[in-house]
Amino acid sequence: MKPAPFDYYAPSTIEEACGLLAEAGGGATILAGGQTLMPLLALRMSQPFLLVDINRIAALKGISRSAGSTRIGPITRQNEAIADATLGSAQPLLVTAVKHVGHHQTRNRGTIGGSIALGEPAAELPATAVALGASVEVRSAKRGKRRIAAEELYLGPYATALEFDELVTDIHVPEWPTGTRWMFRELAQRPGDFALVGLTGAITVQDGKVSRAGLAWFGMGPTPIKARQAEAALLGQSLDQLDHAAIAELAVADTAPFDDHHATSEYRRTVGRRMFARALRETLEAKA
Amino acid sequence: MSKHQIHLDINGRAHDASVEGRLTLCDFLRGDAGYTGVHVGCEHGVCGACTVMVDGLAVRSCLMLAVQADGCSVTTVEGLSSGDGALHPVQQTLREEHGLQCGFCTPGVVMTLAALTQGEQKPSSETLINAMSGHICRCTGYQGIRRAALRLAGETLAPVEDHG
Repeated sequence: MKPAPFDYYAPSTIEEACGLLAEAGGGATILAGGQTLMPLLALRMSQPFLLVDINRIAALKGISRSAGSTRIGPITRQNEAIADATLGSAQPLLVTAVKHVGHHQTRNRGTIGGSIALGEPAAELPATAVALGASVEVRSAKRGKRRIAAEELYLGPYATALEFDELVTDIHVPEWPTGTRWMFRELAQRPGDFALVGLTGAITVQDGKVSRAGLAWFGMGPTPIKARQAEAALLGQSLDQLDHAAIAELAVADTAPFDDHHATSEYRRTVGRRMFARALRETLEAKA
Repeated sequence: MSKHQIHLDINGRAHDASVEGRLTLCDFLRGDAGYTGVHVGCEHGVCGACTVMVDGLAVRSCLMLAVQADGCSVTTVEGLSSGDGALHPVQQTLREEHGLQCGFCTPGVVMTLAALTQGEQKPSSETLINAMSGHICRCTGYQGIRRAALRLAGETLAPVEDHG
């Protein structure tokens, strides 16, 4: 099908974009990479009267590091993120996750911010943002700036804490210390599909003990899900005394998977348990 | 609804047009500019048939608005061959490996492979095979496409056994 008619603006500044969003009073939609929005428009599941295309706003681009944190401009293309040397060394988990987003052709347009701001519960980037403790900086014409932790951002499938007049201007991802190991696992029916079960996270090991853990599921509930009980159980533990199966059980206990035409919730839990236990073992056995 | 003036380069020729905001790039390329080598399959980003190059990168032209291509350089399958009757190496390899049957998905497949093989350095087999996951082909069973992709990555393949 073809999209329903809409007005289209491609502002060149953040101020202009926020002004348009405020003026539209909820009738506008932000167009970033368009790799999810364009299908929704074509299927007429989304019919905004105004499309605010943010692709020409230079201030929303770029990747930089400062004070233990990486700043990613939201309209950084997914394939740009994969090719970026700074991101490769500062945020290896994020780069691994991005490689699993969609296909090569969609990653050439799709953006980091678009995926994070959309909040698809089975997508790789929202869960990875939650696991790493990332946050988004947003701007609105009336209320100025605020910062939202990824953990607080996701309320339900495609529902986020973002207000209709807010634009994500920066994504801040903390850099994890030396000695951090990364784990990323995804079960999907085909490359490029959303996950049936996905796991992403970071575990810092110091002197043979876990000093920090950030773990999150995707495809295991209505939002990305932080595996809080498993994180707590890992803290302070010696690597040689870990009960992988017991921690996997705790990790799955925090999930709320659903039945759909691809898999039952019980299937997701069963796969999740095994995936988690195996990933934990492999990640902690590997040399950092 | 708003109309927008756009100026873009398609297959080396400059185009000026006035487009509605909602017009997709694939419909613009086919309907307005006449490049019907751009095949439109699913119209919502699943099948990959409409893949073209925008500024040298393979993208799905149904997932981009024509107005967004303002100032860009677009290459469709019509722009690949040098025009003297010779096929582009990607087209030639797909032909030799029987990488198509009905041909509907082929322009998209060609454009992804052409985009990834245009640099000085040959891409890895893994890169090309993974990129093929972005295309749906209902005829070939993918084996011919796969062989063509592997050859484009520089692999030498044993000939397919003749069961005739």
